[in-house]
Amino acid sequence: MSNKTLRIAGVTRTFPGQGRAAPTLALQPTNLTVEPGEFVAILGPSGCGKSTLLRIVAGLDRPTAGQVTLDDAPVVAPGPDRGMVFQSYTLFPWLTVAQNIRFGLAERGMPEAQQQTVAEKFIARTGLRGFENHWPRQLSGGMQQRTALARALANDPEILLLDEPFGALDHQTRELMQELLLEIWEADRKTVLFVTHDIDEAIFLANRVVVMSARPGRIKAEVPVPLPYPRDWTMKTAPDFAALKARLMAEIRDEVRKAATVA
Amino acid sequence: MKPLVPVSTGARVILGVGFFVLFVAGWGAVTWSGWVPPLFLASPGRTLLAGWSLLTEFGFAGDIGITIFRVVGGFLIAAAIGVPLGLMMGAFKPVEAFFEPFISFARYLPASAFIPLLILWAGVGEAQKLSVIFIGSFFQIVIMVAVIAGATRIDLVEAAYTLGARSRGIVRRVIIPSAAPQVMETLRLVLGWAWTYVIVAELIGATSGIGHMIMDSQRLLDTGQMIFGIVVIGVIGLVTDFLFKALNRKLFPWAAI
Ligand SMILES: Nc1ncnc2c1ncn2[C@@H]1O[C@H](COP(=O)(O)OP(=O)(O)OP(=O)(O)O)[C@@H](O)[C@H]1O
Ligand SMILES: [Mg+2]
Repeated sequence: MSNKTLRIAGVTRTFPGQGRAAPTLALQPTNLTVEPGEFVAILGPSGCGKSTLLRIVAGLDRPTAGQVTLDDAPVVAPGPDRGMVFQSYTLFPWLTVAQNIRFGLAERGMPEAQQQTVAEKFIARTGLRGFENHWPRQLSGGMQQRTALARALANDPEILLLDEPFGALDHQTRELMQELLLEIWEADRKTVLFVTHDIDEAIFLANRVVVMSARPGRIKAEVPVPLPYPRDWTMKTAPDFAALKARLMAEIRDEVRKAATVA
Repeated sequence: MKPLVPVSTGARVILGVGFFVLFVAGWGAVTWSGWVPPLFLASPGRTLLAGWSLLTEFGFAGDIGITIFRVVGGFLIAAAIGVPLGLMMGAFKPVEAFFEPFISFARYLPASAFIPLLILWAGVGEAQKLSVIFIGSFFQIVIMVAVIAGATRIDLVEAAYTLGARSRGIVRRVIIPSAAPQVMETLRLVLGWAWTYVIVAELIGATSGIGHMIMDSQRLLDTGQMIFGIVVIGVIGLVTDFLFKALNRKLFPWAAI
């Protein structure tokens, strides 16, 4: 269970143009507060600055203006209190699944035996039993993202930042991974900031969905998801779900069209 | 044949040996037929005989040993300093900015051009031979390792940061392991070049070594011995290459080879 509040206050990001090109405004002033233990989904069309926002929260990128704070401590650099799973595959190819999961623990100087215990726990929870000693290149995309999730969770972060972690997976694997993540969140109640462009995924997982506009991104709407936990896949066909989906679709349709004409 | 389709191990061996056989057959054809006189090119048979007498009567094994010692010695000294420096340059841009221009300049200085100077400074002993190898290998190693380390996948570095790594951890646990296989590949290449420098160094002002033997044989117009010397270098190169590749497969099982 997390107990720190994340505040994103007036965060803006402009990328300088290459050569004579005009600078790119990727993110308009953005405000968002995420309470401890909340699961917030950020929904938006491609290129609207979702990754940019998440990278700023992670401390991997600096805002042009504004500030991110975690319980009043300003975020200025990456750290183990904000775990991240990336849009692309980022397992260390020279480490096995188990070694990848132990990376952060070893960095912290945890004794070997304890690392082993923690790693085992998350290997079991993410369904990676039997793959502990595989190299990343021997894994399917789904298995790689499971490992990346286990690696972030093993570090016991305050906040989990997930940037379209299932974006590259096929539909069935994706649904399986959603259920896995939901199960873990229902048990741990860690704060999660989850980026996606899939409406179903956002509703199914989150207790609040933040809709972003087309580039330059800003928060266009915040939609609470009052569906009870524990949730399971049957919920996706329930009438409440359909109503929420219709509402979010209306919000995002224009934005996707705008994004398409900009690009 | 289809592009990029792998070939089986058996077929690979047969094809690889096949070209050697063809090459020796061609060599034999032009010499045994008398088309090329023995004064210019000894036949395969005569070369082997010359090699036998070199080994049994003239202590050529000692020459081979001393040449290997020079190459490996100079190369190891260059690698021991060059690899860490290259890694630091790749990882830390100010270090790179400091050394890179000079090393890019020094890398174009031909090692063989230093031989007269080095004889003046270090005499004709082992120090001079090792220096030639060192100058020839060091700058190449540094520049190539710096490029490899600098090309570390930035997303892996960022992932390590979000897992709590600091500069030290990034270098030790991301940059070095990710660069390692390519660094070994670079060392394999540079070791090959080191062989050309050692022979040049031994052609001038040496009293032992494979290069010295080749020089001596020229005085006697013994093309058999000269060719045998050259073939020995090739065989040593082939063996080192093989060992390097086997070592890489053993050290880096994670890299699909
Ligand atoms: N390093 C950078 N330099 C210049 N422009 C950038 C950089 N990173 C992102 N941008 C621009 O900022 C905008 C937002 O990018 P971002 O990656 O945050 O989008 P996204 O919402 O994550 O998109 P997607 O859903 O496709 O991942 C894009 O127009 C992109 O071109
Ligand atoms: Mg993105």
